[in-house]
Amino acid sequence: MNQIHLELTKVGIEFPTPKGSFCALRDVDLKIKKGEFVSLIGHSGCGKSTVLNIVAGLYQATTGGVVLNGREVNEPGPERAVVFQNHSLLPWLTAYENVELGVKRVFKGKKSKAEMRSWIEHNLELVHMTHAMHKRPDEISGGMKQRVGIARALAMEPQVLLMDEPFGALDALTRAHLQDSLMEIQNELGNTVIMITHDVDEAVLLSDRIVMMTNGPAATVGEILDVKLPRPRNRLELADNAEYNGYRSAVLRFLYEKQKKIEPISAKRAEKQFEKDAPVQAKSVA
Amino acid sequence: MSKLATLKFEQLKEIKWRELIIGVTMPMIGLLVFLALWHSVAPNIKTSLGDFPQPKQVFAQWGNLVDEYKSEQHRATQFYERQEKRNAELLAKDPGATLDTREFSGRPTFFDKINTSLITVLSGFLVATVIAIPVGIMIGLSQTLYGAINPLIQLFKPVSPLAWLPLVTLVVSAVYVSDSPAFSKSYIISLFTVSLCSLWPTMINTAVGVASVSKDLVNVSRVLRLGWFTHVVKIVLPSAIPMMFTGLRISLGIAWMVLIAAEMLSQNPGLGKFVWDEFQNGSSESLSRICLAILVIGLIGFLLDRAILMLQSYVNWDKSAVVR
Repeated sequence: MNQIHLELTKVGIEFPTPKGSFCALRDVDLKIKKGEFVSLIGHSGCGKSTVLNIVAGLYQATTGGVVLNGREVNEPGPERAVVFQNHSLLPWLTAYENVELGVKRVFKGKKSKAEMRSWIEHNLELVHMTHAMHKRPDEISGGMKQRVGIARALAMEPQVLLMDEPFGALDALTRAHLQDSLMEIQNELGNTVIMITHDVDEAVLLSDRIVMMTNGPAATVGEILDVKLPRPRNRLELADNAEYNGYRSAVLRFLYEKQKKIEPISAKRAEKQFEKDAPVQAKSVA
Repeated sequence: MSKLATLKFEQLKEIKWRELIIGVTMPMIGLLVFLALWHSVAPNIKTSLGDFPQPKQVFAQWGNLVDEYKSEQHRATQFYERQEKRNAELLAKDPGATLDTREFSGRPTFFDKINTSLITVLSGFLVATVIAIPVGIMIGLSQTLYGAINPLIQLFKPVSPLAWLPLVTLVVSAVYVSDSPAFSKSYIISLFTVSLCSLWPTMINTAVGVASVSKDLVNVSRVLRLGWFTHVVKIVLPSAIPMMFTGLRISLGIAWMVLIAAEMLSQNPGLGKFVWDEFQNGSSESLSRICLAILVIGLIGFLLDRAILMLQSYVNWDKSAVVR
C-alpha cells in the first residue's frame, strides 16, 4: 500500500511558439502511492492540465519522465483512464455504448459478452446512471454526462484515474452531489486518483494530498499539503471543523498570497501598470 | 362524446393557422405570378419555330407524351404477341425448331428517357461516391496525403463537363471494346463524365469533416487506444457525416446538371438527348417539349435532393439536426 506507484521525476515541457520555445513546466517532482487521492491546484494557466496530459501520455515531457509501476509512460493507454473536463462522450452513442467502447477495448478476450454486459451495467450503477443508460448524451443533463464519463473511466479498471477539472462545468449543487459520489466510489474501489481542480473546498474535501502549483511560465510544484482528515468525510460536519478550515486557509494563503496571480488587462497596458485584483472570496462549504 | 368534441377543438386550436396559411399560400402566389408572367410574355417572343409556347401549350405536351408512351407500349405488346404466335406455329410444325426471340426495339419514349437519365446519373454518382468518400477519409486523416492530393483536386474541380467529354469519349472508345457490349458506349461515357465532375465536392467535404473531428474525441480514442479501424468507424465517420452529406448533396446536384450536357453530346438516350433531338427536330411542338423537359429536369433534380436529405436524416445519429 505504501510503495510508490506513480512517479514523476523532473518533468518539464516546452512548447514551440513562433517566438521561440515556451517553457510551461519545469522540474515537477511527485511521488504518488497506490490508492492515494491527489489534487493539483493552481491558478488557471499554471500548467495543471499539462501535468495531467503528460501522465495520461497525451503530451510528451521534454525533460524528465513519468514512471507507472516501474514502466515509463510514453503513450496514452486505458490503464491511465482520463475523465475529461467537458465529459467528451461520443454524442452518437448511448451512455451504455460509451462505456462499452472502453470495456470492449480493455477486456476483449478476458470477459465473455455477458460478463462485459454486467460489468458495464455495474459501473453505470456505481455512478447512479442505470435509469438513463440507453440515452444519448444530448438527452441527459451535464451532471449525468459527467457521471457517464466517470463510469467510462472506471469501467476500464485503470491503475490511475486522471480527472481534469471533472466538475468544473457543473453548478454547485450538482458538483457537491458528484463529489459525494466520487468519495463513495473511491472508498469502495481504492483507485489512485489525480484530480485537477481550482476549487479549494473540493480539493480539501476529496484529497489525501493537495499539490499546489506555482504560476507559469515554468510552473512547478510549490507546496504539498497532507490532508489528514479521517474518512469517510462529511461536508456538513466538516464545515465547522477547525482542522478542515486550517487546510482550507493554507491552500487559500498559497494561492492568494504566495502565488498571487496578476492578470494583465491588456498586453499594452500591462507594461505600464498592473491591475490589482482583490483576493477572490472562496465559496463556503455546502 | 362532448369530451371528444372538446378534444378535437383543442387540437384545432393548436394548429398555427397563420403559419399554415402563409406556408401554403405564399408558394402558390409565387407560382401563379410566374405562370401569369410567362403566359403574357410568351406570345411576344417570336422564334423561328413560331411563338414561344405558353404554359397551357407546354402542359398539353404532357398528354401527347403520355399518348406516345401508351402507343409504344401497345406496339410492344403486339410485337410480342406476334412473336409468340409465330413461335407457337413453328413448334407445332416441328417440335425441335430453333425459335427466334427478339427484344422489341421501339423508339425510347419520354418516360424511357427519364428512366435512362436516372439510371445514368445514379450510377455516375455512385462511382463518384465510391471513389470520393474513401479518398476524402484518407486525406482528412493524413495532412501529408492532403498536401499531395489537394492541388490535384483544386486543378480538376473547375473543369467543365464539356471539356472532359471529348477525352472520356476517346478513352472509352479505345478501352471499352467488346463484341456484345453489356452497356452502350454512350451510357459509359455519360457515366464517367458525371463521375469526374461530381467527385470533388464529396471528396473535399468528407476530408474537411474528417479533419475537423473534435480534439477531445480524438483524445478519448487515444486513451482507449482504439485501433485504426475502430477509430475511423466509431469516431471519425459519425462526426464527419453532416459534412459528408453536404458534399453528397452538392455532388448529386452537379451530377444531374452535368448529365444533361453529357447526354446531349454523347447521345445517351436520356433527357439530354430528348432536348437535343427536339432542338434538331424543329417542329412546331419542339419548343413546348423542350420547356416541358426543363420543368421535368428541375423537378427530378429537386426530388433527388430531397432523397439525399431523407437518406441523411436516416443515417445521421442526431435526429434533432435540422436538415434543409
